[in-house]
Amino acid sequence: MSAELVAGIAQWLRRLGGGVTGAVAQLGFVARFLVAVLWNTPHAFRRIHLTLREIYFTGVLSLVIILMSGLFVGMVLSLQGYETLKRYGADEQLGILVALALVRELGPVISGLLFASRAGSAITAEIGLMKTTEQLAAMEMMAVDPLARVVAPRFWGGVISMPLLAALFSAAGIFGGYLVGVRLIGIDSGAFWGQMQAGVDFWPDVTNGIIKSVVFGAAVSLISVFEGYNARPTAEGVASATTRTVVVSSLAILALDFVMTAFMFRGGNAV
Amino acid sequence: MNRAAIDLWVGIFVALGFGAILFLALKVGNLLTLDHTPGYRLEASFDNIGGLKLRAPVKAAGVVVGRVESVRLDKTTYEAVVTLRIDRDYQFTKDTIAAINTSGLLGEVYVGLDAGGDPTMLKDGDQIAKTQSAVVVEKLISQFLFDKASSPRASTPGDPVPAKAADQAAGGAKK
Repeated sequence: MSAELVAGIAQWLRRLGGGVTGAVAQLGFVARFLVAVLWNTPHAFRRIHLTLREIYFTGVLSLVIILMSGLFVGMVLSLQGYETLKRYGADEQLGILVALALVRELGPVISGLLFASRAGSAITAEIGLMKTTEQLAAMEMMAVDPLARVVAPRFWGGVISMPLLAALFSAAGIFGGYLVGVRLIGIDSGAFWGQMQAGVDFWPDVTNGIIKSVVFGAAVSLISVFEGYNARPTAEGVASATTRTVVVSSLAILALDFVMTAFMFRGGNAV
Repeated sequence: MNRAAIDLWVGIFVALGFGAILFLALKVGNLLTLDHTPGYRLEASFDNIGGLKLRAPVKAAGVVVGRVESVRLDKTTYEAVVTLRIDRDYQFTKDTIAAINTSGLLGEVYVGLDAGGDPTMLKDGDQIAKTQSAVVVEKLISQFLFDKASSPRASTPGDPVPAKAADQAAGGAKK
Protein backbone atom coordinates (compact mmCIF):
# COMPACT_ATOMS: atom_id res chain seq x y z
CA MET A 1 0.00 0.00 0.00
CA SER A 2 2.54 2.59 1.16
CA ALA A 3 5.17 1.21 -1.25
CA GLU A 4 2.68 1.78 -4.08
CA LEU A 5 2.12 5.33 -2.88
CA VAL A 6 5.86 6.00 -2.78
CA ALA A 7 6.25 4.54 -6.27
CA GLY A 8 3.37 6.69 -7.50
CA ILE A 9 4.88 9.86 -6.03
CA ALA A 10 8.29 8.93 -7.41
CA GLN A 11 6.84 8.47 -10.88
CA TRP A 12 5.02 11.79 -10.67
CA LEU A 13 8.22 13.52 -9.56
CA ARG A 14 10.16 11.79 -12.34
CA ARG A 15 7.69 13.06 -14.90
CA LEU A 16 7.95 16.58 -13.46
CA GLY A 17 11.75 16.44 -13.50
CA GLY A 18 11.76 15.09 -17.03
CA GLY A 19 9.49 17.91 -18.15
CA VAL A 20 11.69 20.57 -16.53
CA THR A 21 14.96 19.20 -17.93
CA GLY A 22 13.30 18.86 -21.33
CA ALA A 23 12.20 22.49 -21.21
CA VAL A 24 15.67 23.68 -20.13
CA ALA A 25 17.29 21.60 -22.91
CA GLN A 26 14.85 23.11 -25.42
CA LEU A 27 15.73 26.61 -24.19
CA GLY A 28 19.41 25.79 -24.61
CA PHE A 29 18.71 24.54 -28.13
CA VAL A 30 16.92 27.78 -29.02
CA ALA A 31 19.75 29.86 -27.56
CA ARG A 32 22.40 27.93 -29.53
CA PHE A 33 20.24 28.21 -32.64
CA LEU A 34 19.97 31.99 -32.14
CA VAL A 35 23.75 32.26 -31.81
CA ALA A 36 24.17 30.21 -34.99
CA VAL A 37 21.70 32.43 -36.87
CA LEU A 38 23.40 35.60 -35.66
CA TRP A 39 26.77 34.10 -36.64
CA ASN A 40 25.43 33.69 -40.16
CA THR A 41 24.01 37.22 -40.29
CA PRO A 42 26.76 38.56 -42.60
CA HIS A 43 25.60 36.09 -45.27
CA ALA A 44 22.06 37.41 -45.03
CA PHE A 45 23.27 40.94 -45.71
CA ARG A 46 26.02 40.14 -48.17
CA ARG A 47 23.44 38.50 -50.43
CA ILE A 48 20.86 41.15 -49.67
CA HIS A 49 18.36 40.01 -52.31
CA LEU A 50 17.66 36.91 -50.20
CA THR A 51 16.65 39.10 -47.26
CA LEU A 52 14.73 41.52 -49.49
CA ARG A 53 12.73 38.57 -50.84
CA GLU A 54 11.82 37.59 -47.28
CA ILE A 55 10.84 41.18 -46.42
CA TYR A 56 8.60 41.01 -49.47
CA PHE A 57 6.93 37.79 -48.30
CA THR A 58 6.61 38.64 -44.60
CA GLY A 59 6.19 42.41 -44.82
CA VAL A 60 4.68 43.51 -48.11
CA LEU A 61 2.22 40.63 -48.37
CA SER A 62 1.08 41.26 -44.75
CA LEU A 63 0.29 44.91 -45.50
CA VAL A 64 -3.37 44.41 -46.38
CA ILE A 65 -4.27 42.39 -43.29
CA ILE A 66 -2.28 44.75 -41.01
CA LEU A 67 -3.81 47.93 -42.44
CA MET A 68 -7.35 46.56 -42.44
CA SER A 69 -7.06 45.22 -38.88
CA GLY A 70 -5.54 48.49 -37.71
CA LEU A 71 -8.34 50.49 -39.27
CA PHE A 72 -11.04 48.38 -37.65
CA VAL A 73 -9.33 48.24 -34.24
CA GLY A 74 -9.00 52.03 -34.28
CA MET A 75 -12.64 52.49 -35.25
CA VAL A 76 -13.85 50.16 -32.47
CA LEU A 77 -11.58 51.84 -29.92
CA SER A 78 -13.03 55.18 -30.91
CA LEU A 79 -16.64 53.99 -30.58
CA GLN A 80 -16.08 52.23 -27.25
CA GLY A 81 -13.87 54.97 -25.86
CA TYR A 82 -16.41 57.63 -26.74
CA GLU A 83 -19.22 55.72 -24.99
CA THR A 84 -17.15 55.55 -21.78
CA LEU A 85 -15.57 59.00 -21.88
CA LYS A 86 -18.97 60.60 -22.52
CA ARG A 87 -20.08 59.57 -19.02
CA TYR A 88 -17.41 61.79 -17.52
CA GLY A 89 -17.91 64.57 -20.01
CA ALA A 90 -14.38 63.99 -21.26
CA ASP A 91 -15.22 62.99 -24.83
CA GLU A 92 -12.73 65.55 -26.16
CA GLN A 93 -9.97 63.33 -24.74
CA LEU A 94 -10.83 60.58 -27.23
CA GLY A 95 -7.71 61.33 -29.28
CA ILE A 96 -5.40 60.59 -26.34
CA LEU A 97 -7.21 57.36 -25.55
CA VAL A 98 -7.05 56.02 -29.09
CA ALA A 99 -3.46 57.11 -29.72
CA LEU A 100 -2.00 55.90 -26.43
CA ALA A 101 -3.79 52.56 -26.57
CA LEU A 102 -2.58 51.95 -30.12
CA VAL A 103 0.96 53.28 -29.84
CA ARG A 104 1.79 51.71 -26.48
CA GLU A 105 -0.03 48.39 -26.57
CA LEU A 106 -2.36 47.39 -29.34
CA GLY A 107 -0.14 48.38 -32.27
CA PRO A 108 2.83 46.16 -31.32
CA VAL A 109 0.78 43.36 -29.73
CA ILE A 110 -1.98 42.84 -32.31
CA SER A 111 0.33 43.29 -35.27
CA GLY A 112 2.71 40.83 -33.56
CA LEU A 113 -0.08 38.28 -33.20
CA LEU A 114 -1.15 38.80 -36.81
CA PHE A 115 2.46 38.60 -37.93
CA ALA A 116 2.91 35.29 -36.09
CA SER A 117 -0.15 33.74 -37.67
CA ARG A 118 0.30 35.25 -41.13
CA ALA A 119 4.08 35.20 -41.66
CA GLY A 120 5.50 33.04 -38.86
CA SER A 121 3.40 30.02 -39.77
CA ALA A 122 4.39 30.39 -43.43
CA ILE A 123 8.10 30.51 -42.53
CA THR A 124 7.80 27.39 -40.37
CA ALA A 125 5.86 25.48 -43.02
CA GLU A 126 8.32 26.49 -45.75
CA ILE A 127 11.46 25.53 -43.82
CA GLY A 128 9.80 22.39 -42.44
CA LEU A 129 8.79 21.28 -45.93
CA MET A 130 12.29 22.03 -47.21
CA LYS A 131 13.58 19.74 -44.49
CA THR A 132 10.99 17.05 -45.23
CA THR A 133 11.82 17.03 -48.94
CA GLU A 134 15.54 16.94 -48.00
CA GLN A 135 16.32 20.25 -49.70
CA LEU A 136 18.25 21.34 -46.62
CA ALA A 137 20.28 18.13 -46.69
CA ALA A 138 20.92 18.63 -50.42
CA MET A 139 22.22 22.15 -49.73
CA GLU A 140 24.62 20.77 -47.15
CA MET A 141 25.81 18.23 -49.71
CA MET A 142 26.61 21.14 -52.04
CA ALA A 143 28.54 22.85 -49.23
CA VAL A 144 25.86 25.54 -48.89
CA ASP A 145 25.06 26.21 -45.26
CA PRO A 146 21.25 26.21 -44.95
CA LEU A 147 21.53 28.43 -41.86
CA ALA A 148 23.15 31.13 -43.97
CA ARG A 149 21.12 30.57 -47.13
CA VAL A 150 17.64 29.80 -45.74
CA VAL A 151 17.35 30.60 -42.04
CA ALA A 152 19.26 33.86 -41.51
CA PRO A 153 17.49 35.80 -44.32
CA ARG A 154 14.08 34.72 -43.00
CA PHE A 155 15.01 35.70 -39.46
CA TRP A 156 16.22 39.16 -40.48
CA GLY A 157 13.34 39.67 -42.88
CA GLY A 158 10.97 39.21 -39.94
CA VAL A 159 12.98 41.41 -37.57
CA ILE A 160 13.01 44.25 -40.13
CA SER A 161 9.37 43.90 -41.23
CA MET A 162 7.77 43.75 -37.80
CA PRO A 163 8.45 47.30 -36.47
CA LEU A 164 7.36 48.79 -39.80
CA LEU A 165 4.16 46.73 -39.75
CA ALA A 166 3.47 47.78 -36.14
CA ALA A 167 3.94 51.45 -37.00
CA LEU A 168 1.62 51.09 -39.99
CA PHE A 169 -0.93 49.33 -37.77
CA SER A 170 -0.85 52.19 -35.25
CA ALA A 171 -1.09 54.81 -37.98
CA ALA A 172 -4.02 53.03 -39.65
CA GLY A 173 -5.70 52.65 -36.26
CA ILE A 174 -5.36 56.33 -35.44
CA PHE A 175 -6.78 57.16 -38.85
CA GLY A 176 -9.70 54.78 -38.14
CA GLY A 177 -10.20 56.45 -34.76
CA TYR A 178 -10.22 59.81 -36.51
CA LEU A 179 -12.82 58.61 -39.03
CA VAL A 180 -15.21 57.43 -36.32
CA GLY A 181 -14.47 60.09 -33.71
CA VAL A 182 -14.42 63.17 -35.90
CA ARG A 183 -16.32 62.23 -39.04
CA LEU A 184 -19.01 59.96 -37.58
CA ILE A 185 -19.49 61.08 -33.97
CA GLY A 186 -18.57 64.69 -34.60
CA ILE A 187 -15.87 65.49 -32.05
CA ASP A 188 -14.03 68.67 -32.93
CA SER A 189 -11.10 67.84 -35.19
CA GLY A 190 -8.80 70.36 -33.49
CA ALA A 191 -9.54 68.94 -30.04
CA PHE A 192 -8.98 65.40 -31.29
CA TRP A 193 -5.49 66.07 -32.68
CA GLY A 194 -4.57 68.72 -30.13
CA GLN A 195 -5.33 66.56 -27.09
CA MET A 196 -3.52 63.69 -28.79
CA GLN A 197 -0.37 65.75 -29.30
CA ALA A 198 -0.53 67.06 -25.75
CA GLY A 199 -0.93 63.58 -24.28
CA VAL A 200 1.38 61.43 -26.40
CA ASP A 201 5.11 61.91 -25.97
CA PHE A 202 7.53 60.70 -28.60
CA TRP A 203 10.16 59.62 -26.13
CA PRO A 204 8.51 57.31 -23.71
CA ASP A 205 5.36 56.38 -25.67
CA VAL A 206 6.19 56.03 -29.36
CA THR A 207 9.74 54.77 -28.85
CA ASN A 208 8.64 52.17 -26.30
CA GLY A 209 6.11 50.91 -28.83
CA ILE A 210 8.83 50.62 -31.45
CA ILE A 211 11.16 48.79 -29.02
CA LYS A 212 8.34 46.37 -28.22
CA SER A 213 7.67 45.67 -31.89
CA VAL A 214 11.38 44.99 -32.58
CA VAL A 215 11.48 42.52 -29.67
CA PHE A 216 8.27 40.83 -30.86
CA GLY A 217 9.65 40.63 -34.40
CA ALA A 218 12.84 38.94 -33.16
CA ALA A 219 10.90 36.54 -30.91
CA VAL A 220 8.38 35.51 -33.58
CA SER A 221 11.04 35.13 -36.29
CA LEU A 222 13.29 33.07 -34.03
CA ILE A 223 10.46 30.77 -32.96
CA SER A 224 9.29 30.38 -36.58
CA VAL A 225 12.68 29.46 -38.04
CA PHE A 226 13.53 27.26 -35.04
CA GLU A 227 10.31 25.27 -35.23
CA GLY A 228 10.68 24.88 -38.99
CA TYR A 229 14.30 23.82 -38.76
CA ASN A 230 13.59 21.32 -35.99
CA ALA A 231 10.32 19.96 -37.37
CA ARG A 232 10.02 16.20 -37.65
CA PRO A 233 10.50 15.50 -41.36
CA THR A 234 6.99 14.18 -41.96
CA ALA A 235 3.77 15.81 -43.10
CA GLU A 236 2.46 15.45 -39.57
CA GLY A 237 5.66 16.90 -38.11
CA VAL A 238 5.40 20.02 -40.30
CA ALA A 239 1.75 20.44 -39.35
CA SER A 240 2.44 20.24 -35.62
CA ALA A 241 5.49 22.54 -35.96
CA THR A 242 3.32 25.17 -37.70
CA THR A 243 0.71 24.94 -34.96
CA ARG A 244 3.41 25.19 -32.31
CA THR A 245 4.84 28.30 -33.96
CA VAL A 246 1.54 30.15 -33.75
CA VAL A 247 0.79 29.04 -30.18
CA VAL A 248 4.27 29.62 -28.76
CA SER A 249 4.71 32.93 -30.61
CA SER A 250 1.39 34.28 -29.37
CA LEU A 251 2.14 33.32 -25.77
CA ALA A 252 5.66 34.71 -26.06
CA ILE A 253 4.32 38.03 -27.37
CA LEU A 254 1.81 38.39 -24.55
CA ALA A 255 4.30 37.37 -21.84
CA LEU A 256 7.09 39.59 -23.21
CA ASP A 257 4.59 42.44 -23.51
CA PHE A 258 3.75 42.19 -19.83
CA VAL A 259 7.39 42.08 -18.78
CA MET A 260 8.38 45.01 -21.00
CA THR A 261 5.37 47.09 -19.97
CA ALA A 262 6.20 46.49 -16.32
CA PHE A 263 9.73 47.81 -16.91
CA MET A 264 8.83 50.69 -19.21
CA PHE A 265 5.84 52.28 -17.55
CA ARG A 266 6.37 51.46 -13.90
CA GLY A 267 6.01 54.85 -12.25
CA GLY A 268 7.41 56.42 -15.37
CA ASN A 269 4.85 59.21 -15.41
CA ALA A 270 4.97 60.06 -11.73
CA VAL A 271 6.60 63.31 -10.76
CA MET B 1 8.35 37.46 -59.33
CA ASN B 2 11.56 38.99 -60.61
CA ARG B 3 14.08 40.77 -58.49
CA ALA B 4 13.37 44.31 -59.69
CA ALA B 5 9.68 44.03 -58.79
CA ILE B 6 10.54 42.66 -55.35
CA ASP B 7 13.00 45.51 -54.80
CA LEU B 8 10.33 48.01 -55.79
CA TRP B 9 7.72 46.57 -53.44
CA VAL B 10 10.16 46.32 -50.55
CA GLY B 11 11.15 49.92 -51.19
CA ILE B 12 7.50 51.01 -51.11
CA PHE B 13 6.93 48.99 -47.93
CA VAL B 14 9.93 50.43 -46.10
CA ALA B 15 9.05 53.98 -47.20
CA LEU B 16 5.48 53.47 -45.96
CA GLY B 17 6.74 52.07 -42.67
CA PHE B 18 9.06 55.01 -42.04
CA GLY B 19 6.26 57.34 -43.11
CA ALA B 20 4.07 55.77 -40.42
CA ILE B 21 6.79 56.21 -37.77
CA LEU B 22 7.19 59.83 -38.86
CA PHE B 23 3.41 60.29 -38.64
CA LEU B 24 3.43 58.87 -35.11
CA ALA B 25 6.32 61.12 -34.14
CA LEU B 26 5.10 64.39 -35.63
CA LYS B 27 1.32 64.28 -35.95
CA VAL B 28 0.45 62.03 -33.01
CA GLY B 29 3.34 62.72 -30.66
CA ASN B 30 4.90 66.06 -29.90
CA LEU B 31 8.43 65.63 -31.18
CA LEU B 32 8.29 68.95 -33.02
CA THR B 33 6.91 71.07 -30.22
CA LEU B 34 9.23 69.69 -27.59
CA ASP B 35 12.84 70.34 -26.68
CA HIS B 36 13.67 71.79 -30.06
CA THR B 37 12.50 75.32 -29.47
CA PRO B 38 15.27 77.22 -27.73
CA GLY B 39 14.20 78.50 -24.35
CA TYR B 40 15.22 79.66 -20.92
CA ARG B 41 14.48 78.38 -17.43
CA LEU B 42 12.54 79.97 -14.61
CA GLU B 43 11.97 78.64 -11.13
CA ALA B 44 8.90 79.02 -8.98
CA SER B 45 8.20 77.56 -5.54
CA PHE B 46 4.71 76.58 -4.48
CA ASP B 47 3.19 75.43 -1.18
CA ASN B 48 1.28 72.77 -3.05
CA ILE B 49 1.46 71.79 -6.69
CA GLY B 50 -1.59 69.50 -6.64
CA GLY B 51 -1.51 67.15 -9.60
CA LEU B 52 1.12 68.98 -11.67
CA LYS B 53 3.02 66.57 -13.92
CA LEU B 54 6.32 66.79 -15.73
CA ARG B 55 5.91 68.32 -19.20
CA ALA B 56 2.65 69.97 -18.20
CA PRO B 57 2.08 73.11 -20.27
CA VAL B 58 2.92 76.60 -19.04
CA LYS B 59 0.30 79.03 -20.28
CA ALA B 60 0.02 82.78 -20.37
CA ALA B 61 -3.49 84.02 -21.17
CA GLY B 62 -4.27 80.50 -22.36
CA VAL B 63 -1.41 80.35 -24.85
CA VAL B 64 1.18 77.60 -24.31
CA VAL B 65 4.54 79.32 -23.80
CA GLY B 66 6.57 76.47 -22.28
CA ARG B 67 6.65 73.22 -20.34
CA VAL B 68 7.30 72.05 -16.80
CA GLU B 69 10.79 70.63 -16.85
CA SER B 70 11.32 69.32 -13.33
CA VAL B 71 9.70 69.29 -9.92
CA ARG B 72 11.57 68.86 -6.64
CA LEU B 73 11.02 69.49 -2.95
CA ASP B 74 13.09 72.16 -1.23
CA LYS B 75 14.64 70.42 1.77
CA THR B 76 14.62 73.44 4.07
CA THR B 77 11.37 75.24 3.27
CA TYR B 78 9.38 72.12 2.27
CA GLU B 79 8.07 73.91 -0.77
CA ALA B 80 7.79 72.38 -4.23
CA VAL B 81 10.29 73.98 -6.60
CA VAL B 82 9.07 73.81 -10.19
CA THR B 83 11.45 74.50 -13.07
CA LEU B 84 9.71 75.96 -16.10
CA ARG B 85 11.20 75.99 -19.56
CA ILE B 86 9.86 78.99 -21.43
CA ASP B 87 10.07 79.69 -25.15
CA ARG B 88 12.74 82.26 -25.95
CA ASP B 89 10.19 84.31 -27.90
CA TYR B 90 8.28 85.17 -24.72
CA GLN B 91 9.62 87.48 -22.01
CA PHE B 92 7.92 87.97 -18.67
CA THR B 93 8.08 90.86 -16.23
CA LYS B 94 9.73 90.59 -12.82
CA ASP B 95 6.37 90.80 -11.01
CA THR B 96 4.80 87.92 -12.94
CA ILE B 97 2.50 85.71 -10.86
CA ALA B 98 2.72 81.94 -11.40
CA ALA B 99 -0.37 79.94 -10.49
CA ILE B 100 -1.28 76.28 -10.69
CA ASN B 101 -4.55 75.97 -12.53
CA THR B 102 -6.77 73.23 -13.84
CA SER B 103 -8.53 73.45 -17.18
CA GLY B 104 -12.08 72.40 -16.44
CA LEU B 105 -13.07 70.09 -13.61
CA LEU B 106 -11.22 67.01 -14.86
CA GLY B 107 -8.83 68.65 -17.28
CA GLU B 108 -5.08 68.83 -17.24
CA VAL B 109 -3.17 70.77 -14.57
CA TYR B 110 -1.01 73.57 -15.93
CA VAL B 111 1.05 76.52 -14.72
CA GLY B 112 -0.52 79.86 -15.56
CA LEU B 113 1.64 82.99 -15.81
CA ASP B 114 0.15 86.46 -15.29
CA ALA B 115 2.49 89.22 -16.37
CA GLY B 116 2.51 92.47 -14.39
CA GLY B 117 3.72 95.97 -15.25
CA ASP B 118 7.31 95.90 -14.06
CA PRO B 119 9.73 97.23 -16.67
CA THR B 120 12.47 94.67 -15.91
CA MET B 121 12.18 91.18 -17.39
CA LEU B 122 12.93 87.78 -15.87
CA LYS B 123 16.17 86.21 -17.09
CA ASP B 124 17.36 82.61 -17.39
CA GLY B 125 17.51 80.96 -13.94
CA ASP B 126 15.45 83.62 -12.17
CA GLN B 127 12.93 82.85 -9.47
CA ILE B 128 9.31 83.90 -9.84
CA ALA B 129 8.57 85.68 -6.56
CA LYS B 130 4.79 85.60 -6.50
CA THR B 131 3.12 82.23 -6.74
CA GLN B 132 -0.30 80.84 -6.09
CA SER B 133 -0.73 77.22 -5.07
CA ALA B 134 -3.10 74.64 -6.46
CA VAL B 135 -6.64 74.77 -5.18
CA VAL B 136 -7.30 71.61 -3.22
CA VAL B 137 -11.01 70.91 -3.54
CA GLU B 138 -11.12 68.88 -0.31
CA LYS B 139 -9.75 71.82 1.69
CA LEU B 140 -12.24 74.13 0.03
CA ILE B 141 -15.14 71.88 0.98
CA SER B 142 -13.94 71.34 4.55
CA GLN B 143 -13.46 75.08 5.05
CA PHE B 144 -16.92 75.72 3.69
CA LEU B 145 -18.43 73.13 6.05
CA PHE B 146 -16.39 74.48 8.98
CA ASP B 147 -17.64 78.02 8.32
CA LYS B 148 -21.19 76.77 8.06
CA ALA B 149 -20.92 74.89 11.36
CA SER B 150 -19.34 77.80 13.24
CA SER B 151 -22.18 80.20 12.39
CA PRO B 152 -25.32 78.20 13.15
CA ARG B 153 -28.71 79.52 12.03
CA ALA B 154 -27.08 82.67 10.69
CA SER B 155 -26.93 81.25 7.18
CA THR B 156 -29.85 82.54 5.21
CA PRO B 157 -30.12 81.95 1.46
CA GLY B 158 -28.49 85.30 0.71
CA ASP B 159 -25.64 84.76 3.14
CA PRO B 160 -22.18 85.69 1.85
CA VAL B 161 -20.30 83.17 4.02
CA PRO B 162 -19.78 80.47 1.36
CA ALA B 163 -18.35 82.97 -1.08
CA LYS B 164 -15.98 84.32 1.55
CA ALA B 165 -14.79 80.82 2.44
CA ALA B 166 -14.09 80.07 -1.17
CA ASP B 167 -12.20 83.35 -1.48
CA GLN B 168 -9.99 82.52 1.48
CA ALA B 169 -9.16 79.10 0.17
CA ALA B 170 -8.58 80.04 -3.42
CA GLY B 171 -6.80 83.33 -2.90
CA GLY B 172 -3.93 81.88 -0.91
CA ALA B 173 -1.35 84.00 -2.71
CA LYS B 174 2.03 84.01 -1.02
CA LYS B 175 4.03 87.04 -0.01
